[in-house]
Amino acid sequence: MIKEYRYIGKITPRKDGAEIVTGGAKFLDDIKFPDLLHGKVLRSPYPHALIKRIDKGKAEALKGVKAVLTWEDVPDWKFGNPPIFRILDHKVRYIGDAVALVAAETKEIAEKALNLIEVEYEVLPAVFDIEEALKADAPQLYDECPGNVLPLGDPVLGPKSLEGIFMGDVEKGFAEADIIAEGNFGYENIPNPIPPEPPGAVASWEEPNQVTMWVSTQAVYLAKKILTDIFGKNVEVRTIGGPCGGSYGSKIMSWQVQCYAAALSRETGRPVKVIFTKEEHFGSFVLRPATRLMAKVGMKRDGTVTAVSGKWILGTGYYSMTTQAQVAVGSGEAQIAVRCPNWDLKPIIVCTNRNASGIVRGFGGQELKCALIPLLSQAMEKAGLDPFEVLKKNFIKPGDGYFWRDANWYTYRGVDYTRAMEKGAEVFGWKEKWKGWLQPTSVNGTKRIGIGVGVHGNADVGEDISEAYVRLEPDGKVIIHSSLAEHGTGQRSNAVKVVAEVLQIPMELISLTAADTRVTPIEWGPAGSRGTYAILSAIIKAAEDAKKKLFEHAAPLLEADPKDLETKDGVIWVKGCPERRIDWSKVMHLRTILGSGRFDADYTFSNCLMAFVEVEVDTETGKVTLLRVVNATDVGQIIDPQGLEGQLNGCLGTAGVDSALFEETILDHFTGHMLTSNMIDYKWRTSLELPPIDNVVLETPFPSHQFHAVGAGEISTSPGPSAVLMATSNAIGSWLHEYPVTPERVLRALKKIGNTRGETTYEKIHSS
Amino acid sequence: MKGAKISGKKFSTSKAIDRRNDLICLTVNGKPYELRIGDSYDAVNPAHTLAFTLRETLGLTGTKVSCDNGACGSCTVIMDGKAVLSCMTLTIECDGKKITTIEGLSDPGKGTLDPLQQSFIDFTAFQCGFCTPGMIMSAKALLNENPHPTEEEVKEALSGNFCRCISHYQVVKAIMEVSEKGRQQQ
Repeated sequence: MIKEYRYIGKITPRKDGAEIVTGGAKFLDDIKFPDLLHGKVLRSPYPHALIKRIDKGKAEALKGVKAVLTWEDVPDWKFGNPPIFRILDHKVRYIGDAVALVAAETKEIAEKALNLIEVEYEVLPAVFDIEEALKADAPQLYDECPGNVLPLGDPVLGPKSLEGIFMGDVEKGFAEADIIAEGNFGYENIPNPIPPEPPGAVASWEEPNQVTMWVSTQAVYLAKKILTDIFGKNVEVRTIGGPCGGSYGSKIMSWQVQCYAAALSRETGRPVKVIFTKEEHFGSFVLRPATRLMAKVGMKRDGTVTAVSGKWILGTGYYSMTTQAQVAVGSGEAQIAVRCPNWDLKPIIVCTNRNASGIVRGFGGQELKCALIPLLSQAMEKAGLDPFEVLKKNFIKPGDGYFWRDANWYTYRGVDYTRAMEKGAEVFGWKEKWKGWLQPTSVNGTKRIGIGVGVHGNADVGEDISEAYVRLEPDGKVIIHSSLAEHGTGQRSNAVKVVAEVLQIPMELISLTAADTRVTPIEWGPAGSRGTYAILSAIIKAAEDAKKKLFEHAAPLLEADPKDLETKDGVIWVKGCPERRIDWSKVMHLRTILGSGRFDADYTFSNCLMAFVEVEVDTETGKVTLLRVVNATDVGQIIDPQGLEGQLNGCLGTAGVDSALFEETILDHFTGHMLTSNMIDYKWRTSLELPPIDNVVLETPFPSHQFHAVGAGEISTSPGPSAVLMATSNAIGSWLHEYPVTPERVLRALKKIGNTRGETTYEKIHSS
Repeated sequence: MKGAKISGKKFSTSKAIDRRNDLICLTVNGKPYELRIGDSYDAVNPAHTLAFTLRETLGLTGTKVSCDNGACGSCTVIMDGKAVLSCMTLTIECDGKKITTIEGLSDPGKGTLDPLQQSFIDFTAFQCGFCTPGMIMSAKALLNENPHPTEEEVKEALSGNFCRCISHYQVVKAIMEVSEKGRQQQ
């Protein structure tokens, strides 16, 4: 039976709503700082070069310039995985790599100074394709990483993180299979999540060893941890974070811009702000990792998967911070979506001379799924199986298990998603529309309609640690201390909501501190849909702890046992004796009560999203139009209906469904230039092209926290792209293996244009 | 052609300087401002965009700058009744203009919001909220001109407003609700 709550599941205004709609919300660049300097970055025009000489004399002489830093001047600050990536180096590794930093009284002066820095480069040969980079004679990006291959494993995830999927006996599995399919599949369009607010940071370095950083990221405490790792433990780092103007994962990787501001502030003794331009955001911030899968799958006639083996090459660009973690999470997620006892899937992380890949919603799993589901589809086609049935059958069920990112085995104890998937299929009309593989649903002249389905699930809903305090005030108000910053999911409001529910007081009486590591406890930050289970669990526990302490103070006054007390709207009474009552104000006279709560990682739940899509292909122009999306999930218990709807509608943007249709970062493989580094050349969906979206959300209680919910926001982008590829292939009657489904690719598949027009390097290598 | 345009701009700039004695006069949210043309921190440099002047000179940071290149609509404000991109408008071209920014829609003294702002709250028509001021200003300009738009007209009016969270669906609902309520009150 589903419990009726006072606030949970109800539509309530976002706590920050009024600030947002009046323009009062202070994003990073809206905050005023006295005596502020502006920082700018000189960037490399070459994809690969040694810096032979830098002359910064003219730049330093310009009036208003306060500091010019080059690789020879900056502290030896390094990060990444492995931690060999210096904030400024004697070598540049992509077009846009940082060469020098300038701090000046105004942005304009700083920009002028950049032009006065004279740099002499020795240009080196560069490599842009991931398989080319693996060749013996390929240009080498790092002495420390021979062959351009980065070591696997991420110590952040534990002492032995997951480095691929190796289990069972694939030879035996293939022997048991009725059908074997193999092929090469890519998801290499390295789309950009482009949050509207550009990356940035403000630093104020106070000698000798304290620095306060104003950051724009949802993971404010994690930023402190990362910067402490970089600066060294002798530096006290304080991070403060307000609203974050979109991240989609990406801004957790802001250490470089934060270090630029910190280095310039340390040098000048004044606060320094560095905000990337949109071109820098495109050219020098975070892209999705590229995936190239060369693999083989064994399947029985009933859709049982018996074996998966192959090579998963990931392009990480010029460095990695989290690609190893994405391998670990993606490998775990593959097992959640594909129940199979025999795996031999070996990942390789490759560096090339382009901008770095990093964190984007879907975190490794979307990248792998976009290639793995097309591979499975080949087998399903051979077996004549309906993909909806096969994906439903193979998604994890209670009692199944998986190796998660820490390489430990977990038994799944969440809900069975079959019902949600079936409800989604019913709303979409899958059974009526499915006509078989490579068969359009309908044909009308030059227009062909096709359908596709994809699925994704993530056990990071319970990842990592969270802590929170809930403080009861003498005036009856309540303050939540959390390092959670708002980046769009509405979780700060949900924090208020769960505390209101636990303490049974109106949401208006509850507020949150800003995320400020001097005030707020450790918090991994919202990532991997962990907000609902992990973050809220800590906050719920803190509220329960505060309530428990409140009752302990009230009990002697009521001559009762604390366990027998109840509270609502600021009144405490003895259960069953409502006349034995006391107001909070009497208990709380000249007293604050602090409750604390902690959540420790729990990887036994996974969320799930199945996406159904319908596309129309114009066989004359090759244009693919998304006609409809149905998302199906089960979240246990809806906390915030409108916030959840927003998260699920987010399936289109942020390098999600549209990364299968038209979103791509186009890199010139001759020069290394990014050809799409502005908001006009990079394609994004406008409000005129919104397809209908139906979000089917079931509420089967999870044994998670006391409100039985798990999050689903992060994964909304993930099942859609492979569904679009499937739908387009079905519409045109020919397999597409690459994203996005551009008119060139569609017309080539239809044999309406030649074989080589518009081919990528990958397609040149792999075209037979 | 290109050269003619550039010289045209120069001509109008110098005219403005002559006429107003080095001053740019504009009204923002009903408040008149006289800004000197020059290089000091409180002046208008001929290179300053309206977005820069609003944010940095007048401190009205509700107007957001995202692409600074006229492609995303974050910086939308209303000038003489029309939605304009303040990042693509030079302040020295705004002499005599009446400008409304997001700060001008609500009345902080009375604590009242514009019906559009209230509707955005009611529908949670935002996620991260960075694009929201631009969205609301585009919507406001639309409703001023066309109080009862169709859903397609709303989508058309917002087609220059980038929202990466995909708040559009809830934004369209919020605007249609305001339009519908306005119709009922007529």
